[in-house]
Formats: sequence, C-alpha cells, structure tokens
Amino acid sequence: MVSGVLMKSLGLRQARARTAWWFLAPSLLVLTAVALWPLGRTFVFSFTDALLTEPDFYSYIGFDNYRALFEDPLWWQSVRNTLYFTVISVSIETVLGLTIALLLNSHIAGRGAMRAIILIPWSIPVVVSARMWQWMLHDQFGIVNHVLKMAGFIDSGIAWTANASLVMPVIIAVDVWITTPFMVLLILAGLQMLPRGIYEVAAIDGVPAWKQFTSLTLPLLAPSIAVAVLFRLLDALRMFDLSFVLSSNSDDTKTVSIYAREVLVNFQDMGVGSAASTAVFLMIAVVTAIYVTVFRLNRRLLGV
Amino acid sequence: MVRSNTRKRLHQVAIYSLFGIVALYTLFPFYWMIASSLKSGQAIFDVTFFPDLKFNNYAAILSDGVFLRSLLNSLIVAFSVVALSLVLAIAAAYALGRIDFRGRSPIMLLVLAVSMFPQIALLSGLFEMIRWLGLYNTVGSLIFAYMIFTLPFNIWVLTTFMRDLPKQIEEAAIMDGCSPLRIVRCIFLPMMGPALISTGLLAFIASWNEFMFALTFILTDENRTVPVAIALISGSSRYEFPYGAIMAASTIVTVPLVILALIFQKHIVSGLTAGAVKG
Repeated sequence: MVSGVLMKSLGLRQARARTAWWFLAPSLLVLTAVALWPLGRTFVFSFTDALLTEPDFYSYIGFDNYRALFEDPLWWQSVRNTLYFTVISVSIETVLGLTIALLLNSHIAGRGAMRAIILIPWSIPVVVSARMWQWMLHDQFGIVNHVLKMAGFIDSGIAWTANASLVMPVIIAVDVWITTPFMVLLILAGLQMLPRGIYEVAAIDGVPAWKQFTSLTLPLLAPSIAVAVLFRLLDALRMFDLSFVLSSNSDDTKTVSIYAREVLVNFQDMGVGSAASTAVFLMIAVVTAIYVTVFRLNRRLLGV
Repeated sequence: MVRSNTRKRLHQVAIYSLFGIVALYTLFPFYWMIASSLKSGQAIFDVTFFPDLKFNNYAAILSDGVFLRSLLNSLIVAFSVVALSLVLAIAAAYALGRIDFRGRSPIMLLVLAVSMFPQIALLSGLFEMIRWLGLYNTVGSLIFAYMIFTLPFNIWVLTTFMRDLPKQIEEAAIMDGCSPLRIVRCIFLPMMGPALISTGLLAFIASWNEFMFALTFILTDENRTVPVAIALISGSSRYEFPYGAIMAASTIVTVPLVILALIFQKHIVSGLTAGAVKG
C-alpha cells in the first residue's frame, strides 16, 4: 500500500519532469538558434578570413584577426571612448537618479504624475531622442544656441556635435536625459521596500535627517543601487544608436559596437569584425564578473 | 510653532520647484519636437515658442509611402515579437516556476546569462543564421532576432511570478489528471494578467525601438522599421536637412509610446523592477 503510493508519486514526479522539458523545449530551441549558436559561430569566424558576401568560403588563419584588431589604433580609441562614456554617464545617472528618487519618495501630491512624466524619455526610441537633441543643438537654428545667445553667454552658435571636444560631452548629456528615468524608477522601488519603522525610531531618538540618510537609507539602499548600476553598465558598454545618429562618422565617439559593426558590414570583413565582437563580449563579461564579485550580487541576482 | 510652519512651507516650495525643474528638463524636448513639427517650410528656422499649427510636415510624411510602410513593418514586428515571446515564455515559466526537476537551476542561469549577451557579440553568427533561414531583408529576421532580448527577460519575470503563486492551486488539478496544457490555460493564464501586461509592454517597447539589428538585417527601404527610417532621413546637404519632416515622423512614432507609458505606467514600472530587483 505504502509502496504503491510511493511508486505512484515517483511516477508522477517523472511525468512532471518530462512535462517540464517538453514545455521548455521551444524556448530552448529558440534561445539556441538566436543566441548560443550565433555566439559560437561568431567566435569561430573570428579565426577565419570569411567575408560577409561569401560566408560559406573561408579558411582558418589563427590569431591574425586579433593581431590586426589589436594593432588598429582606432580599435583602442573605441575602447577608450566606450569606457569613458560608460563611467561618466553611469556615474551622473546614478547620482541624479538617486536625487530624483528621493525627491519623488516624499509624500506630497503630484508625485504620481511626476513618475509618469519621467517614464517618457525612457520609453521612446533612442533614435528619436537623438534626432530631437540634434535639432535642439543645431549650430544655426537650434534652440539651445538661441537661448545662450539671448542670455549673452555666446556671440555665435556653437557647433555642438561637430566639435571634437564637445561631441562626447553632448552624447553623455543626451544619454543622461534618456536613461536617468530608468535609474529613478529602480532606486524608487528600492526606497519603497525600506522598513518604515526604523525611521520612526530614528526620528524619536532625534537623529538628524542627513544622518538618517547616510547611516540608514544609503546602506539599506546599496543593493538596489548596485543592481540598477549593473543593468546600466551592461547597457552603456554596448551603446550604439546614440553615437551612430548624433555623430555617425566621428572617431571621437566611436564605440566598440559601432567599430565592430562597421568592420563587419561596411568593410565586409567578417573575420576582424567577429574578432572585435568577441573582444566586446569578453570585455563585458570581465567587467560584469568583477562588478558582481565586488558587490556580491550573485545571491541577490540568482535568488539562491 | 510659527517657525516650524514657515519651515514646512519653505520645504514644500523647494520640493515643488525641484519638481518643476525636473518636469521642464524632461518635457521641454518633447514640446520642442512637436512645436517644430507644426511649423511649415522656412518657419522652422525661426525660434518662436508657439507654433503656427501648420500640418504640412505631417501631410508630407504621411503621403510618403516608404514611411507608412515602415510604420506598418514596425507594428508587425512589435506585435509578432510580443505574441511569440509571451507564448514561449509562458510555457517555459510553467516548467521553471512550478515543476521541481533536475536541470532547473542551470537553465535559469543560462537564461540570465543570455539576457546579458551584448547584441554585437552575436552579429556575424546571427547574420549567417538569418541568411540560412532565408530571412535576410524580411521583417521575419527582426521577429527572430528580437527573441534574444525579449525571451530571456519574459521567462525570468514570468517564472518569478509563477513561483510565488501558492502551491495548492494546481494540486487538485494534477490529482484529477488534468493535462499540463489545460492547467496552464485554465488555472494560470487567468491569474497572470498583470505580469503578462508588464512583460508584453516591455517587449513591445523594446521591439518598437530597436535599431542595430534593424539597420543590419534589412537592406531595402520598404522592409525597414521606423527607427531606421527616421535615422536615415536626410537632405541633399547639411543645410537642407528636412528637420520639419523628421520632427513630424518622430512625433508620430512617439505618441503611441507616450500614451502606453501614461496608461500602463504602473505595469511598466513593476515589470522593470521585477526584472531587476526581485530577480
């Protein structure tokens, strides 16, 4: 009798496991076809002399593509551009995001509307944002130069996106406009999970507001901020659209993604293009691994 | 007493002025985009804060067959991606969230890892795959390629959602010998409304906005999606840039998203945070 129940539940368990694999199969198939296999193929192509026009005919040439890549000063400039863009923009977005989140967390009327408003820049295509700012920053007819001229700060229009030393700060500024909302929303969600009680105790004990912030809010909020920053890091390291639209031909804002795609599509060089793609993948993997280890996020991310 | 009242006042004034600054910073570019799109011809080059409400730019862009075609393509791609990624993810989430089997954790790890893949790292391999599937230069290539960022995210969020539902709800159905498909359809689907809206909306926004794949896998104008169409609008020289048309096209593309964002604000935010915070 007992063993019968046991047998039945064992059989049920096996049947359930079989069901699980059947239900997973379509997704696993798609993920393999769209991600794992292409990743592997890109890696293989990086050791060949394949051309985009004829990807079926190629021979293996060892590390030649990587040698060519690492000897190209433009590649290293793209790496520098990408890292510079990532560090500066994510830092600004984090500080600004935290500030606005704290502001929105105060209990006064109108914060619901504010939350809806800040969602808008994040939800529209980056291409549209880029075009919008390109027009506002137009050297002759742009509103930004117009206002600066009226205020007497400048005499003639500044060529914001054509000037080599200005174009990167401009791109960072536009990125801040686009993605700060994302930071705000994630940090705000973290803020709303903080326990109310400790603040009441702190207030009764007469702990001043700034002290409450530095010794209660910030430490408790750190994990939420760390996860939000990780998502932004992953995003910023592969930035493509913004530079492409705002300054498509400038070496000063070329990111590693733009570099890799340019070699692959414009120069049709599948070998070096794949080597660059693989290098980007490794770069992002290393940065992520370091970040996750330093901030001990593995538990939080995996929930194990 | 009086002093604390004035302090409170000051505090409120400070907060509301900060609100105002943030709102102005966020919204002014949109206002400027719409205002510019409503100026016709040379008027766009005069900086006037109130437009003269001319619809020439809209008439021009909407009579342009190529732009209308790209709008249609974007709609086809976005809706197909939402439908396909949700159907696949619901099935996968049932397996990962409700069934305890060996291999569950490695697969969750795999899904998380794939969601972090930079798109550029797959470009040449994906190019080969898309050509091999015969999808090059069709909207099908984008529907396929967009699975890479929608599917892992949807699986992840829906799995967390399903895992948190109480265990009892399906026990009776299992004992009664209901098929798993029936259990998902009749027991889980009706409870998953909010999670499906969140993930579906985020998948829609991401597909509507995607640029790099759309630029790379589509060759001819009639198969393009709107972000690429807008990025490629250009004049014959730098001084003839058709900003009026670009602003009109941008407004048309943005309005549906803004409406979605405003109506479903809560769902979008909960989807975003479910993906990031809860994990």
